[in-house]
Formats: sequence, C-alpha cells, structure tokens
Amino acid sequence: MDTDQLIRSLAADNAHRAPRVGAVLTMALLVAAPFSILFFATFLGVRADVMSAMHNPFFDMKFAVTLSLAIPAIIVSLHLSRPEALLRGWAWLLLLPVGLLAVAIGSEAMMAPAMPMTMRLMGKNSRMCLVAIPAMSLPLLAGALFGLRHGAPSSPALAGALAGLVSAGLAATLYASHCTDDSPLFVATWYTLATAVVTAIGALVGSKVLRF
Amino acid sequence: MRGREDEWTGLMRSAMAGDDAAYHRLLKAITPVLRAAARRGLARAGQPPDQAEDIVQEILLAVHLKRHTWDSEAAFAPWLFAIGRNKLIDALRRRGKRVFVNIDDFAETLPGEVPQETASAGEVAAQLGTLPQRQRDVLQSIAVEAASIKDTAAKFSMSEGAVRVALHRGLAALTAKLRDH
Repeated sequence: MDTDQLIRSLAADNAHRAPRVGAVLTMALLVAAPFSILFFATFLGVRADVMSAMHNPFFDMKFAVTLSLAIPAIIVSLHLSRPEALLRGWAWLLLLPVGLLAVAIGSEAMMAPAMPMTMRLMGKNSRMCLVAIPAMSLPLLAGALFGLRHGAPSSPALAGALAGLVSAGLAATLYASHCTDDSPLFVATWYTLATAVVTAIGALVGSKVLRF
Repeated sequence: MRGREDEWTGLMRSAMAGDDAAYHRLLKAITPVLRAAARRGLARAGQPPDQAEDIVQEILLAVHLKRHTWDSEAAFAPWLFAIGRNKLIDALRRRGKRVFVNIDDFAETLPGEVPQETASAGEVAAQLGTLPQRQRDVLQSIAVEAASIKDTAAKFSMSEGAVRVALHRGLAALTAKLRDH
C-alpha cells in the first residue's frame, strides 16, 4: 500500500471519534476499584476504633497525604498522555505529599511524644502495610495502565510509573483506614516503601504496554 | 514555517470538527515533511533512506489513532513532531541501532526540501495480509481501489456502519502489528 492510499483510508476513517484519555482512565479506575475494595473488605476492614481515631489529626493526615499523592498523579499522568508533554513544570505537584509529610513529622516532633520515636516509626503493622498496599494497588494499576494506553506518552516508563503512583495513592487511602499506626514517621517510611514497589512495577510494565 | 504550521493547526481543527477533506489535505501536507525528517534521521543513524516510507506510514497511523490526544487549543506541529520523533526512535531501535535522534530532525525541515516517495513501503503492505478477511477487503477497497464507504458497503453487502467499524479496526490492528512485530 503506498502512502497516498494509506492517507485515503485514514481520511475515510475521520468520522471515528475516540473518547478523551481522562474519560477512559476514569472508567478503567472505576472498574478496577471494586476488586481493591473487595480485598480490603475481605482481609482488612476499617479499624475498630475509627470513631475515636477521627479526632486524631494524624489519622486524618494520612488521608491528606495519600490523596495528595493520588490526585496530582492522575493529573500529571493525563498531562503526560500527550506526546509533546514534558514533566517539567508539573513535577512539583508530585511533591505535595512529601511536603505534607514533612509538615506532619515536624508538628509531631513538637508535641510531647506518647511513644519513643523508633516505636512510632516501626509501628505494629509495617509488614501488613508492605503487603496490603501493593496487593490493593494491583487491580488499580492494571486499570490505570489500561486507561493510559489510550493516550500517547512519549516516555512509556515514566507514564507507567505515574500509573503506579496513582494506584498506590488510592490503595494507600483504603489502607490508611485500616492501619492503627498514625505516626507520620510510620507513613513516611512504610507507605513510601510500598509506593516505591508499586511505582517500579508500573514503570516496568508501562515501558512495555504504554508504547503506542 | 510559521505560516505553514498555522495552516496545519487550522486544517486539524476543521478535521476534528468533521471536515474529511481538510483532514485529507492535512495528511497530504505533512507527509513530505515527515518523509524528509525520517530520511534525515535514518542518515544520521547510518541507515539507508529506503526505510523512510515505512516510518512515514507508521507516523501517519499513529497521528490518526492518537489524534484525540491533541489539544485543539494548542499548535499542531509540536504534537506532530513529538509523535514523529517517537516513531523514528522506535524504528531505529527495532533495527538495533544506537539512537541519536536530533530533537530538531522534525522541527527544522526546510520548506524547499520535499523529497518524493522513492522506495515503496513494505511493512504496512506485509501486515495487511495478516488481517482478518473482512478488514482486509474493506481496507483494500477504500485505500487501493479508492472506493467510498458507501460503494464498499454495497460491494460486500455490508451496512455502512459495519464498513466503518471494519475500517477502523483494520487500521488499529495494522498499527498494533507494526508496533509489536
């Protein structure tokens, strides 16, 4: 087929309209979410003392941190689904959870400590955190990658890493309601480690499946 | 240069609004520019220029299937050249070449430089043979025989909707095969 012929067939297909990447990503995440929620409901569940925990600002802070990861990651991943887009000028959005954590760690340090620092950092659930967040991320990661496949990212690995951040941020939001460790030191250590694992998987898979 | 690129942006806006003729004109207009850039990229990698047409066709397919990622408020050329660079890099990697794509291979094309298609592209044609019968028939009819969607529908006793679906699926399948083979 010569190029003129190919162009003719492309022009004949001009009526075909694809949905926006944001719409496909949203749908894919909504389809994936019940699988993660099912895992959460089956194996974890909301912590028993949730009513009293809500009066603890460090409990609430966990959700601020995880959502400030997930939502900017969605925004940046949609930005990067355009081939000419650069991370430059947008990367600061991904530093929001880091900033929030730094503030939280600082304010906890200024309070009279209920527990020694190492106990707050190690917590009681570190192993569960490292298993549950990646496990609940996997369906969401598959959804995010499916959604971003509809885009045209120039760097598939980077876009895949962002899919990892999206799914880890959402899974960590679920996990935060289960976990009784509220210290920002715990969050900064174990949530971050779990997120790094998911992000690495996202980058690896993304480099294969997000090529267009 | 700026005038040419503004014209592209205008044509693409019309195309997205449903003007098939504007879309056809746009694809014809960008092809020689893509061809020149692909040749330059191949030459830089020490590759013979006769593969340029395969790369041009891959870029055109990607432009078509990913045009919903173009922001109609933005200029068209940077989006187009980003896809072009991407496809050129992919093509060179597939041939096992160390990749040094100059960021300006696409952007700096001179207006006077419009090479004609010399070697014909083989990859799209080869992959065409692997498509399901119906998609192949429809693509052949519309691309090679220049039949309209309506005539193609009549020829194969299909509805026009079914022809459109087969055409789009065929183009998407071709792109996937080119990418993964």
